[in-house]
Amino acid sequence: MGKLEGSDEVGVLPDKVFEGVPKAPYGLLEALRRVQAVYGYLPPEGIRRAAEYVGVPFAQAYGVATFYHQYSLEPIGKYRILVCMGTACHLRGNSLNIEFLRTFLGLKAGRKTTEDRMFSVEEARCFGCCGLAPVVVVQKPDGSNEIVGRANPRTLRALIERYRRQERGGAK
Amino acid sequence: MTWTLLDRCCEKCTHSLENPCPDYIECRLSGPLCHDDERCRELRRRRLEELRYGEKGAKIKVPMASCTLAMGAEAVYRAVEDSVKKIGLEATVAISGCYGLDFIDPWLELAAKGMPTAIYANVKPSDVPRILEEYFVKRDVGGAFALKEKTGAAKGEDKVPLLSELGFWAKQYKWVSRNCGVVNPESLEEYVASGGYRGLSRAFKLGPEATIEEILKSGLRGRGGAGFPTGMKWRITRQQKATPKYVIANADEGDPGAFMNRLLAESDPFRIIEGLTIAGYAVGANQGYVFVRAEKPLMAKRLQKAVEEARRYGLLGKNILGSGFDFDIEVILSAGAFVCGEETAMIAAIEGKRAWPRQRPPYPAEKGLWGKPTAINNVETLAHAATIMAEGAEKFAAVGTEKTKGTKMFCVTGAVKRVGAYEVPIGTSIRTLVEELAGGPPEGVRVKAVQVGGPSGGCIPASLLDLPLDYETLQSAGAIMGSGGIVVIGDENCMVDVAKFFLTFTSAESCGKCIPCRVGLRVMWSILDKITRGEGTEEDLQVLRQLAETVRSASLCALGGTAPNPVLSTLRYFMDEYLAHIREKRCPALVCRALITYRIDEEKCIACGQCALNCPASAISKTEGGKYRIDESVCVKCGVCYAVCPVKAVYKVSGAG
Ligand SMILES: Cc1cc2nc3c(=O)[nH]c(=O)nc-3n(C[C@H](O)[C@H](O)[C@H](O)COP(=O)(O)O)c2cc1C
Ligand code: SF4
Ligand code: SF4
Ligand code: SF4
Ligand code: FES
Ligand code: FES
Repeated sequence: MGKLEGSDEVGVLPDKVFEGVPKAPYGLLEALRRVQAVYGYLPPEGIRRAAEYVGVPFAQAYGVATFYHQYSLEPIGKYRILVCMGTACHLRGNSLNIEFLRTFLGLKAGRKTTEDRMFSVEEARCFGCCGLAPVVVVQKPDGSNEIVGRANPRTLRALIERYRRQERGGAK
Repeated sequence: MTWTLLDRCCEKCTHSLENPCPDYIECRLSGPLCHDDERCRELRRRRLEELRYGEKGAKIKVPMASCTLAMGAEAVYRAVEDSVKKIGLEATVAISGCYGLDFIDPWLELAAKGMPTAIYANVKPSDVPRILEEYFVKRDVGGAFALKEKTGAAKGEDKVPLLSELGFWAKQYKWVSRNCGVVNPESLEEYVASGGYRGLSRAFKLGPEATIEEILKSGLRGRGGAGFPTGMKWRITRQQKATPKYVIANADEGDPGAFMNRLLAESDPFRIIEGLTIAGYAVGANQGYVFVRAEKPLMAKRLQKAVEEARRYGLLGKNILGSGFDFDIEVILSAGAFVCGEETAMIAAIEGKRAWPRQRPPYPAEKGLWGKPTAINNVETLAHAATIMAEGAEKFAAVGTEKTKGTKMFCVTGAVKRVGAYEVPIGTSIRTLVEELAGGPPEGVRVKAVQVGGPSGGCIPASLLDLPLDYETLQSAGAIMGSGGIVVIGDENCMVDVAKFFLTFTSAESCGKCIPCRVGLRVMWSILDKITRGEGTEEDLQVLRQLAETVRSASLCALGGTAPNPVLSTLRYFMDEYLAHIREKRCPALVCRALITYRIDEEKCIACGQCALNCPASAISKTEGGKYRIDESVCVKCGVCYAVCPVKAVYKVSGAG
C-alpha cells in the first residue's frame, strides 16, 4: 500500500484496504489502523470510510479515533520514533533519551514531528521487552519496526544519522 | 506430506470434521482407541520421536518471541539455516517460544538422538557455525549453558549443569508456563503432543456444571489483578437467563514491566485458546473474543494463527469433538489505551465505542458485551483453567497459600541481574523472587524498594522483602497483586520522582470520564512536581494525602481507585525523602534536576570531547588546560554528558548551582 507522501490531500482509498476486516463494530479498531497505514494518519474522510465499513456512526468512530495513542489525526513523520515510558525504561534513562531526541531533532515544545516530516518523536507504553530497557522502537516507512534495546543518546544519534543517510541515498 | 499426529492413522479411524470422534484427543497419544493395530501405534511412536529430534534425527530450535527478536534472534535463525547447509547437516530447524529468561537471549536449543538436549545462551550469529560443529559433529556439549538431561554419551557433559539444577529454574514451579520455550507456538500438533486439549476433552466428558465444580475446587482466582474466584464468575454467568452469552480473554497486558501474558501468548497460544473454549463451554457461550494490547502485535499474530489452526482441526467451529458445542473466537488488536484493560472499558471497545468504563454493578457476568452475560478473564487465568482441566484440581491446589491456590507468573525487572518472567507458587516471598530467581541487584547497587502491581501498585521498602506474594498481604502493605509485575528500584532512584513518574502514567491514561480521577491525579502530579523542584511545603503533604484518599474512594473504576497507591506507599515508607526535598531542598538520590548540578572532574577527564559533542545546550567547552568544563548558566541538566562520558568524569552534586 503506497503512502501519499507529504500531501495532506486525501486520495482515493484503495478498495482492498479493508480486506479481511470484520464488518462489525469490533472491526473498527482494525479498519482505522488500515486507513492510517495508507495515509500515515487519520484524515476525517478516512475515518468516515472506516465507520461506514463497520457500520457505526461517524461521530462514534471519530470519538474512538481520538481515544487511542496509536492513532494520529495529524500527519506524522516518515520515521515514527516511539520512546518507551514504561517503568523499567524510565528508571534506566528513557526520560533523558526522549529529551535528547527532541532537542537533537529541534522539536519545539508541543510539537512531535519535524518540519520536514521526516521524524516524529512520541512517548509510548511498555513493549514488554523490559529486559532490554531502555527501549526505543522506530516504525519505519516500509511498515517494519526497528527495536533498539539499551538505547542511549549516542546510539540514538547514530540511528538518526543512519536514517538521514539512507534518505539522502534514496533520493539520489 | 509427512503424517502428523493430528491425522487419521488408518482407514479404520472414523474421525472426520463432519463426524468428530469424542476421543480424538486422547487417541492422538495413546491410541488407536477404537481399533487395535500395532502399525498405528508405531506410527504414533515414530512421530513423537520426530517431534523431539526432527525428521532427520537432529533438531535446532530458535526462540522467536518479541524479546529474543529484539536481541537478534532472526539473524541467529538465518545463521543457523546457512550453517546447516554449509556443514551439510541433516537437521530440522524450527522456531519455539521463549523461556522468559531475558538474560540468556537469544538462545538456541540443540537436540540429537543419543545426545543430551543442550541450550546455548547469548548466541551471536557468528557463534553459530562453531556451536553446530561442536554439538553435531564433535558431539561435544562443553560450551553449552545448560543441559536438559545427561546421557553420558557426549563430551563435556560434566562441565555443564542441568537446567533443572539451576536456581532460577529449580525454584520455579512450571505449571502454566510449562510449554514456554519448549514447543513450537505455531504448531497445534506439538501442543497436542505436549498434552494440549486434554482439558477440553475432559470438560466435554464432565459437562459444564461439573467443569465449573472442578474449577471451583481448584481454588483458581483471577490472575488479572482483582483475584476473583474464576469458578464463581463462570457460575454466575452460566446462571443468567439472557442469551446469547459471551466470553472474553483479556490480553490487554498494559502494566509497564509486566510481560508474562505476552510471553505466554507468544510461546503457548493454544493453551489460552483452549482455556477460552472451556470457559465458553462452561458458561454456555458460543462466541469468544481475545482483546490484545496494541504494543504487543506478535501476541495477536500468534493467537490469530492458533485460532485458525484450531478451526482447521475442528477444535473451534461446529460440534467440537462431537460434543454438540459450537464455538468460535475473534482476535482483536487494540490501538493503545491502558484503560481498555478494565473489563467494562474493554467491552465498550469491542462494541466499537470509546473505551470508557462504566459503573459496576451490574457486573459483566450479568450485563456485559451488547448487554448480555459475559465472562471476562485474564489470559493467564484461562491458561490455568485449561491446565487444571487436564491435570486435575488437586495438583493445582497442591501449592499456594490457604486462601489462594496454585502458581502465578511474575516478571522481575529493574535493578536485578536476571530480568525475566518466573512462575512460582503464590505466597513465595518477594525476596526469593528478587534475590534467588532474579539474582539480586547488579554490583554496586543496593535495593531500595520494589514496586509491585504495576503503575497502580505500591512501593514496598527493602526491609519488607520477606513478605509473601499473595493478594491479602500485598494489599495490607499498600500494594496490589495487579498483573504480577515487580520492578526493583535501586538506591540511585529518587522515590518522590518514582511516585511522580507513576502519576504521569496514570493521569495520562485516565480516560477522563470522572472528575476525581481526571482532575485529582493532575493536581497530585503538580504537587509532586513542586516538591521535586524544591518548592514544596509540609502542608502540601497534607493536601496530597487528602487528595489521594478522595481519588481512591470517589473514582468510578479501579484505575482511579488504585492510582494513588504509589503516592500513599511512598509517603508511608519514604517520608524522609519527601522531607529532604522540602526542608533541605535536597534530592538524596541526586535525581531531581532542579536540585542538582553537573560538574566535570578535570582529573578524570580524558578530553575525548564526547560530552561536548552530545550536549544539546552547547554548555560544554574545552578549557585552556585541554580538559572540558560545563557552563552552569547554560546547562539544562539533561544528564546526557553524565550518560555518555566513558570514564565517568561527569558527576552530580546537590544544589541548584
Ligand atoms: C485500569 C485497569 C487495567 C486493567 N488491565 C488489565 C489487564 O491488562 N489484564 C487483565 O487481565 N486485567 C486487567 N484489569 C482487570 C480487569 O478489569 C478484570 O478484572 C480481569 O480481566 C478479570 O479477569 P480475571 O478474573 O481472570 O483476573 C485491569 C483493570 C483496570 C482497572
Ligand atoms: S477512574 Fe479514571 S479511568 Fe476510571 S472511569 Fe474514572 S476517569 Fe476514567
Ligand atoms: S547536563 Fe545536559 S545540558 Fe548540562 S552540560 Fe550535560 S549535556 Fe549539557
Ligand atoms: S566525555 Fe568525559 S572524558 Fe570525555 S571530554 Fe567529556 S568529561 Fe572528559
Ligand atoms: S518498560 Fe520499556 S519495554 Fe517495558
Ligand atoms: S527472554 Fe523471552 S520473555 Fe524475555
